[in-house]
Order: sequence, then structure tokens, then C-alpha cells
Amino acid sequence: MMPNANISNREIVLEIKNLYKSFGDNNVLNGFNMKLHQGENLVIMGKSGSGKSVMIKCLVGLMEADSGSISVMHQDITKLDQKALDILRADIGFLFQGSALYDSMTVRENLEFPLRRHTKKFGEHIDTEKMVIEALSSVGLVSAIDLMPSELSGGMKRRVALSRTLILQPKIILYDEPTSGLDPITAKEIIILMQDIQKKYGTSSLIITHDVDCARVISDSMILLIDGTDYAVGTFKELSASEDPKIKAFFKQ
Amino acid sequence: MIIILNSSVILYIWISISLRMLVYTNIGAQLKSFFIEIGELSYFTIRFFKEVLKRPFEFKELIRQCYNMGNRSLLLVGITGFIIGLVLTLQTRPTLMEFGAVSWMPSMVGISIVREIGPIITALVCAGRIGSGIGAELGSMRVTEQIDAMEVSGTNPFKYLVVTRVLAVTLMLPLLVIVGDAIALFGSYLVENIKGNVSFMLYFNQVFDSLEFGDIIPATVKSFFFGLAIGLVGCFKGYYCEKGTAGVGKAANSAVVFTSLLLFIIDFIAVFVTDIFYDL
Repeated sequence: MMPNANISNREIVLEIKNLYKSFGDNNVLNGFNMKLHQGENLVIMGKSGSGKSVMIKCLVGLMEADSGSISVMHQDITKLDQKALDILRADIGFLFQGSALYDSMTVRENLEFPLRRHTKKFGEHIDTEKMVIEALSSVGLVSAIDLMPSELSGGMKRRVALSRTLILQPKIILYDEPTSGLDPITAKEIIILMQDIQKKYGTSSLIITHDVDCARVISDSMILLIDGTDYAVGTFKELSASEDPKIKAFFKQ
Repeated sequence: MIIILNSSVILYIWISISLRMLVYTNIGAQLKSFFIEIGELSYFTIRFFKEVLKRPFEFKELIRQCYNMGNRSLLLVGITGFIIGLVLTLQTRPTLMEFGAVSWMPSMVGISIVREIGPIITALVCAGRIGSGIGAELGSMRVTEQIDAMEVSGTNPFKYLVVTRVLAVTLMLPLLVIVGDAIALFGSYLVENIKGNVSFMLYFNQVFDSLEFGDIIPATVKSFFFGLAIGLVGCFKGYYCEKGTAGVGKAANSAVVFTSLLLFIIDFIAVFVTDIFYDL
């Protein structure tokens, strides 16, 4: 099965080749491969403990892979030094599963925090206030600017985390379970927000999810991660029509 | 009869060997994990000294941490010091009176508080107040992926979270010890004033007459090391916290237990080294 032909002609912004990662005797990733094209929404689905989060953490250098190559915008991140990796990270946004807002900081400080290390990208004299308000308005939460994370609901936290991701104007956004732990209405709002962001900023997105509805609405193409490999690649329509019992199990929900 | 006797002897030997093996295996495993932890803590300490000299320096966060740790521990250290001063004087007074040596009270209390009781009690209080706080805070940041988020945003979390906190405790603890000592001496003076009608000037003149630089400098140097130990162990336990809320509790708890043990070891080494210098 092949991803959308129109998208597969575009430039590859992120590519993983033969990624292996194990913890002791537990082989989590066994030669995983994937390609993300410019402006594409690629969804990766897999069972709990199948290595999705490990894979996404290897992508941003939070974990070191045992072997394989990870190329982000034509740079192999496994060979970059810390300084180069930090510069590259400004182009990769990461929305964490639990939002990961800094508890001791207000929403404003949470958004200002990533800017302090990336003055090179925006110049020394950046208008922080303007950038914070712009990022918050893109998720409709300017009114929460002086609140603490503990004062926000789960959905609001996710939106603030998304605006924190957007403030660095990334070219690629990695979403780790963006709708997990949210009620269906809020989850739908987050999915719409993700689509709006993709349209507005033209970002490429890698979305890890269990949520079949989220995958159906947002995906241009999908990968099913089974036994640490890219077991099946295709569009939602192609994969949901598959007769393979392992693939079928994902769409039974 | 002989068969029953033999089999019970064999059973006894088998049980005792099994129990011994179990005990040895358990102790062996515990010792192994203890030494692994010591090794990891040493590596963590080396990393701290490497990172502390590297740019960028997080001055704003350092000042914030100094304020948090110093100012917010002041009341606790003050109350503890005051009670220690009171109790020490109240309990020592009858014995000194028996020997007609009650006039030695300011000197005795001054030396014991400045040399030993002040630094160790303040450090133990701070291990409970600051060490557990650091362990729990960093532990919860690790569990909720805030440390990962920091790293992804291009900030070195070790430098921002660990270096600032360890430096803050190391700098604040000697100051807290000085404040704690002063309040403990004041507590002692109150007892002497009430029970023996000793004036403020007389009491503190006697205290300062009996104190030498040789008492104050080792105690201050020791306090820096106490602060370093509290910061390093608290940060180490929190930074490498296991997943889950249970992990956070464990990090906070083991930070206090491990630090308390380490404080006594440092104290012993400090007293031993000071003693060598006195002999010279």
C-alpha cells in the first residue's frame, strides 16, 4: 500500500531508516522505517507499549537509538553535537501526551521559556509579548495568559501546550497522543485546532494516537507500528479496508 | 526412628542453608544496588562540576532558588535553633551547678553550638525541608515530562534545574547556620538570664571570648559541604526519578534518608580533618 501519490512527490522533511531500540531483552523497535513529507499529516498507530513514544523520543534526541538513521530536514540527528541539535530543535515542535506545562510558571512564562534559547532564529530584539499573544490567540486562549497551569482544565492545558509548541514557528510538529485523556468534544476541538494550524502555518505533522476518529479526520497517510516495525503503510481508507487480522484489530473499536 | 532422626537433620540443614543463601543473596543484591547508586551519584557530581562553569549562567533562576531555599527555611531553622539553645542550657545547668561551674555555661554552649550542634541540626532540618522538596519537585517534573519539554525547547535542564538548585543550597546553608547559631545562643542567654540573672553583655562576651577562628572556619566550611550534599542528593533522586507518583514519593523520601546519612559521614570526616589540623 502506498501513501497519497500527491504528497509522496513532495520534499521529505523527516526520514527514519532501520531504527532499532531495545531495553535489556525487550526489543521495542525492530528496524522501523518512515518518511514524512512537507505539509503531510502522518499518523502512527500502535498498541500500548509498541514503541510509539520511544520512536518519537528518538526523533528529537531525547533517547538514543541502538542503530539506524534519523534524518530531520536532511540532517542526521544521531550524528549532531548538542549545540547543533538544539538549533535543529527550534524547527521541531513537540506536543507531549500530558501537555508538560511547567507547573511553577504562568502561561505567559511557559510560552516565553522556549524563546530564551532561540534568539538566533528570531534576532536579539524579539517582541516576546507580541509573539506570546499571537501564539495564544491561535489557540483562542489569550485570556488565560496570567493563569497558572493548575488553574487550567485538561483541554486548556493541551491548547496552551500547543501554543507553546507554535511559538518557535516550527516546520515539523510531533504530537504524542494529542487527544488522550480528553472528553470527545474537547478531543474534537483539539483535532480541529491541529487542522487549522496545519493550514495556517503549512507545518508537517507526525501524530501518534490510539484514537481512530482522530486518525480518520486528520491523516493524509498512516503507519501501523506492530512488533517494532512499520507493519502497514497507507491511507486510512486503504488500511481500514484491509483483511489482515492484525490491521483489522485497530479499526474494530 | 533413625530414619526420622536423619531426615529431620537433613531437613534442618536444608532449611538453614536455604535461609542463609536467601539472606546472603538479599544483602548481596542490596549492597550491589547501593554501590551502583554511589557510582551514579559520583558521575552526577562530576557532571555538576563540569556544567557549573559552562555558559550560559542561569543567574535569575539561581537568585529565585536562593530566595526560595534561604528565606523560606529561615523560620524553621530559627525555631529549631531557639529550642536547641533553650534545651541545651536547661539540661546542662543542673550538672554544671553541682560542680560549681555554672559560669562556664556561655563558653560551653557557645563552643558546642558553633562547632557542632548548629551546623548539623540546621543541615538535618534543611535536608528535610529543602532536600525532600527538591526531590519531589524534580521527580514530578520528570514524571510529567516537563524535563523532556525543557530539553526539546533547547534549554539544558541539568544546568537550569540541577546546577541552580545545588548552588543555591550550597550558598544558603552556611548563612542559615549562622542565623541558627545566633538564635540558639539567644535562646541559651534567655535561660541564663531568667535562671542566673546573667546580663546580655556578660553572656555574649563570655561566648565570644571562648570562640576562636579555629571554631568558626571549620564549621563554615563544613556547612558548605553539607549544602552541597543536600542539593546533589535531592537533585539526583528527583532527576532520575522512576515513573509514576510512587516514584515521586520514593524520590523525596530517599533524598532525606540518603542525605541524613551522608551528613553524618561528612561531619565525621570534617571533625577528623579538623582534629589533625589542631594537632599540627
